[in-house]
Amino acid sequence: MILKAPLSEDDVRSLKLGQQVYIDGPLFIGRDEVHMRALERRREGKLLPVDMEDGILYHCGPIVTRDAKGWKVIAAGPTTSARMNALEPDFISEFGIRAIIGKGGMSRPTVDAMREHGCVYLAFTGGAAVLAAQGIARVRGVEWLDMGMPEALWIVEAKHFGPLIVAIDAHGNSLYEKVEGEVRKNLTEAMRRSGL
Amino acid sequence: MAVHMAGDLIEEVVVQMLREAVTSLPQDVVDALRRAEEGETSEVARSQLRTILENIDAAGRLAVPMCQDTGVHVFYVTGPVDAGVERSIRSGVARATEEIPLRPNAVHPLTRENPGTNVAVGLPHVVHYPTDDEFLELTVLPKGAGSENMTALAMLTPADGIDGIKRFVLDTVVKAGGRPCPPTIVGVGIGGTSDLAVSMAKESLLRPLDVPNIDPALDAMEKQLTEALNLTGIGPMGLGGRTTVLGVRISTAYCHTASLPVAVNLQCWAARRATARIYPDGRVRFGRSPFDP
Repeated sequence: MILKAPLSEDDVRSLKLGQQVYIDGPLFIGRDEVHMRALERRREGKLLPVDMEDGILYHCGPIVTRDAKGWKVIAAGPTTSARMNALEPDFISEFGIRAIIGKGGMSRPTVDAMREHGCVYLAFTGGAAVLAAQGIARVRGVEWLDMGMPEALWIVEAKHFGPLIVAIDAHGNSLYEKVEGEVRKNLTEAMRRSGL
Repeated sequence: MAVHMAGDLIEEVVVQMLREAVTSLPQDVVDALRRAEEGETSEVARSQLRTILENIDAAGRLAVPMCQDTGVHVFYVTGPVDAGVERSIRSGVARATEEIPLRPNAVHPLTRENPGTNVAVGLPHVVHYPTDDEFLELTVLPKGAGSENMTALAMLTPADGIDGIKRFVLDTVVKAGGRPCPPTIVGVGIGGTSDLAVSMAKESLLRPLDVPNIDPALDAMEKQLTEALNLTGIGPMGLGGRTTVLGVRISTAYCHTASLPVAVNLQCWAARRATARIYPDGRVRFGRSPFDP
């Protein structure tokens, strides 16, 4: 299934846990520093350089080069989303984010914020940076480049970006929590196998 | 008498090693990932490994970094080491950052200022082992943050013993979950001082997956822990499955009679490493892990 960004609340509420999707349309690439600066600007009552309402946030710090024709994304796999756990619930509600692409999953407060506001978490395979770059047709722009290439706010155009797995849905379900539950059950056997 | 290697040759070799390391994986790692893909039964787990293998192919074909996190760079150097060697490594890393390109990852820890070159105070990190050899041998381990951030150190007591060590390794991998980009390679350093335990854990990652531990007792422990960790069900990317780790590598050193330090350093599936041996006549031999003496 192909999702076209920007997304409506109905689009994301209809997605099922474990479902595979691809994305067309704009992605906002931002990680640690983008979260910190965007929320700080909002607290100060300032406008952001871009409007992310109903948009897709991609947790990523890309390798981008620039030549006469402009910016080119070389490698752009997902980064560890858990680093943004503390800031994400506010980020989702303040900026109206409808989907977050990342890897490794996010904690319960973010899962709850996603249920409340209508947002999903789409897992992309960590490290698959070349395939990710192939799903980015062009760079639309970049803001806050003073924070460095990996931390800047990049706006790119996705074309058949994926495959992505719906790993947290908009109804409070997390594939990571399911796996964690299984792991807790498996631990006894794992300990026995290691001679404990 | 120390042999002085030409600095520009070392710099060029460093650029080549880094290019090889970040655009292709050593064969032992690719083989292990292929076996993992064949062994998975769930579609989600298989799809993660399939994407990883396709990505490795694409990176090789296009000669671009397989992962955008090209890491910070740890170098292990043996041979006639002098101050010029480290200078050449630093200029090689700066050049590689521009030419390959690598992502400029090195930032000031507090101001987060990024010089854009991957060269700054403390980075690249160069570990020197001076020897009487005439050749200089360099091994680079580009270390991404996803797995590095899961590093753990435990100062166990002698009474905790081998069971305590195993429990700590299991706990560390389970706590890390999907964050270090599993399937991972688990580096374990046992003994030494606290700092030595951590550096042994990392350096043990240089041993290829198809080379067994020379100590039979440690080899047995590596295999036992590998089997146990793969029963946890964390799976590729923490989305569930049979392959949580590709292997466990253990290094040991003697420690204080009152101590039992244990460190775990995880390596993501993109286990990038490259080695080069430079001879005084200018010949260079390239490989993917330290050569046998």
